[in-house]
Amino acid sequence: MKALRNLVDKVKPTFAKGGKLEKLHWVFDGLETFLFTPGHATEKGAHIRDGIDLKRTMSIVITAMLPCLLFGMWNVGNQHFLALGQFVELGDGFWDKFIFGAIKVLPIVVVSYGVGLGIEFLFTSIKGHPIQEGYLVSGMLIPLVMPVDTPLWMVAVGAAFAVVIGKEVFGGTGMNVVNVALTARAFLFFAYPTMMSGDKVWVNTSVEEGQKVVDGFSGATSLGHAASGAIDKVTPMMQSFWGFEAGSIGETSAFACLIGAAILIVTGIGSWRIMLATVLGGSAMAALFNWVGPQVGNAYMQIPVLHQLMLGSFMFGMVFMATDTVTAAQTDTGKWIYGFLIGAMAILIRVVNPAYPEGMMLAILFMNVMAPLIDHYVVQANIKRRMKRAALQTA
Amino acid sequence: MSNTIRIRKGLDIRLKGEAEKVLVQADPAKVIAIKPTDFHGLVPKVLVKPGDKVKAGTPLFADKYNERVLYTSPVSGEVADVLRGEKRKVLEVRILADAQTNYEDFGTGDPSTMNRETIIQKLLKSGAWPVITQRPYDIVANPAQEPKAIFVSAFDSAPLAPDLDLVVRNHGADFQTGLDALAKLTKGKVHLGVSDKTAAREFLDAKGVTRHSFSGPHPAGNVGVQIHAISPINKGDLVWTVSVQDVILIGRLFRQGRFDASRTIAVTGSEARNPKYVRTMIGAPVKDLIGSVEGKVRVVSGNCLTGNTVGADGFLGFYHGQVTLLPEGDTPKFFITDGWATPGFNTFSANRSFPTWLMPGKKFAPDTNQNGEERAFVMSGQYEQVFPFDIYPVHLLKAILANDIEQMEKLGLYEVAPEDFALCEFVCTSKINSQSIVRAGLDALKKETT
Repeated sequence: MKALRNLVDKVKPTFAKGGKLEKLHWVFDGLETFLFTPGHATEKGAHIRDGIDLKRTMSIVITAMLPCLLFGMWNVGNQHFLALGQFVELGDGFWDKFIFGAIKVLPIVVVSYGVGLGIEFLFTSIKGHPIQEGYLVSGMLIPLVMPVDTPLWMVAVGAAFAVVIGKEVFGGTGMNVVNVALTARAFLFFAYPTMMSGDKVWVNTSVEEGQKVVDGFSGATSLGHAASGAIDKVTPMMQSFWGFEAGSIGETSAFACLIGAAILIVTGIGSWRIMLATVLGGSAMAALFNWVGPQVGNAYMQIPVLHQLMLGSFMFGMVFMATDTVTAAQTDTGKWIYGFLIGAMAILIRVVNPAYPEGMMLAILFMNVMAPLIDHYVVQANIKRRMKRAALQTA
Repeated sequence: MSNTIRIRKGLDIRLKGEAEKVLVQADPAKVIAIKPTDFHGLVPKVLVKPGDKVKAGTPLFADKYNERVLYTSPVSGEVADVLRGEKRKVLEVRILADAQTNYEDFGTGDPSTMNRETIIQKLLKSGAWPVITQRPYDIVANPAQEPKAIFVSAFDSAPLAPDLDLVVRNHGADFQTGLDALAKLTKGKVHLGVSDKTAAREFLDAKGVTRHSFSGPHPAGNVGVQIHAISPINKGDLVWTVSVQDVILIGRLFRQGRFDASRTIAVTGSEARNPKYVRTMIGAPVKDLIGSVEGKVRVVSGNCLTGNTVGADGFLGFYHGQVTLLPEGDTPKFFITDGWATPGFNTFSANRSFPTWLMPGKKFAPDTNQNGEERAFVMSGQYEQVFPFDIYPVHLLKAILANDIEQMEKLGLYEVAPEDFALCEFVCTSKINSQSIVRAGLDALKKETT
């Protein structure tokens, strides 16, 4: 560690102003501050500061996503082999499945980080601000919300679009209006709809010699089936809870998401208010449909409340996307409204709008845009309260 | 007594180096410094020059824009130096103290029989006036105005703060006389905010005041929090605040007829070799209290959240009742061993990503490292957990950063002082210096409205 420090100190002048690699100053700075929290002592205000910083915060979020990533890798393999009729029992071929998934998923992760961070480095050099930690999380989220068969170039385009248009044009981490990872997904969803939806992309069905896809295989997700009216093909609830179904890489397992939720809530980094409100909103909407469904004879509406919440990306979006502190509502009251509407809207879009089998992405994006408005009214109420107090006193 | 007001939001930062409950008398200070910089926004008009003889209570400088407000010497002796900084800004007026203090005589008297103007005159002449601060703006009160109420907080909840029960002991009569004087300064009430745990009869039996009991974590003892809970400041309101030690100082002025600036100072902090209470006076050299310090130690006059770095050769601040010694944190921290990725068994944090939240009894010795770099606001809901005001702190800070005066007013800037944001600043993931921002906002607001 001491030797490392000496090395850093030794090469530092090369990157300083006037040094040979001056242009890479912020890249160097990013790496240096990654290795060593700078020796900045406080100058004004509080002399001591909390141990938490943005690097730690972001790494906790990444830790919370790891169960989803690991499960996603296994499930990619699982779905693949199921399609080929191999290792049909859940417990069979664990390592085959996991390794197959890892081979498919890791390149997407690498591309996402490589492209995104590369662009961040470029921007920091041009704009002359330090590298900020926001992309560490976005870079992990992007692969988790992609179908496994997304071409790598598409991941790269999506990540680039998200970083530039979703974030840097607004001023970087902390300034963006909509969730960066969802920007990437939404961009790809609308730009290349055939690669981001339908029933061909969720399960990798590449075959080697002597293998073939089993008869009757359908690569559709539960929500795809539901949207096309095949309610009987929707995965049963418990299977959906554990995540043994087709879908985007990291979102299928509600259980893995809940582990992440627990980490985020215990550390206080993710807002429990938003998560709870989203569950309440989704449940309310699903319950409403349960009530209306039999009267209009719509089978989709009659899927039980809890089952609705386990399907699709509801859990994943709720835990990792809706709670993004930058794009969510900032006030406590606002968070309740924001979360509730996300939940309600996600189920509404999913069930009622035939164009979009899943509504979570659009619900979150929409509420991201609405969050400042919600906050505005919450703050306005606070201002009114203060004015009323003043009026009472003078009266 | 009325019901206890429970402050739920806040944070007790558990630090090592609490002052042992013994009071020792410091040697008489040989040199004293009064710092105009202790009084925010003051432009001093210096009234003495090096070589002048002064008594305790002789004016050293006055407020250039309100020359009735005098700042006087706490000791008798000879003016040694008027220290100036950039642009000839006056930093310190130093006085070599006599062995025996001679006091200016301001005459004794019972404030309850005096009228408001006489009391104000006496406070102004003696130099006791600046102990009274006002809100909004958190500056020395203007004697030409009358506040709607006066607030005294009878406990300090800041980290390692002095126990005011101990400070007030044996000064009960002075304290009561001080309160009597304050009562004459307002047509409204004098509010005394006491801790629910206090046993000090001086506080519990105080007369002529409205007493309120508070419980909860820091900042429950901050007078701003108490004002907010008792009678919040609206636009156009003016309240004054005085600390317990300063009420005693005022009382002494009336009972003894002299400006006796004695103070009880808690010497605290993990680097304090002998944390204890010391009896000394305003402007005394901190060296007299802490002895010599070795290694990289930051010497702070005041508490670790709001105090000023004065250095081992510095002098006590005018309003401070505490000296805090902290390890200086100007060395880089390797990310795994003690940087951002450390497990953090020795790191105090309000965030539960550090395991120390499972060790509620453990005390810590944090250094002055910022523990990270400044970033844009990213987290939400973090300040609100330690900010017991019905105010949206981040929205207020953003209004200040945008220099939107109207919005600052609406969001409640009148009610707060920088110290109220000290905990926000402590817990901030993005390391934003909110106290400086609030101060800038108050300055902008004052400029706009006066």
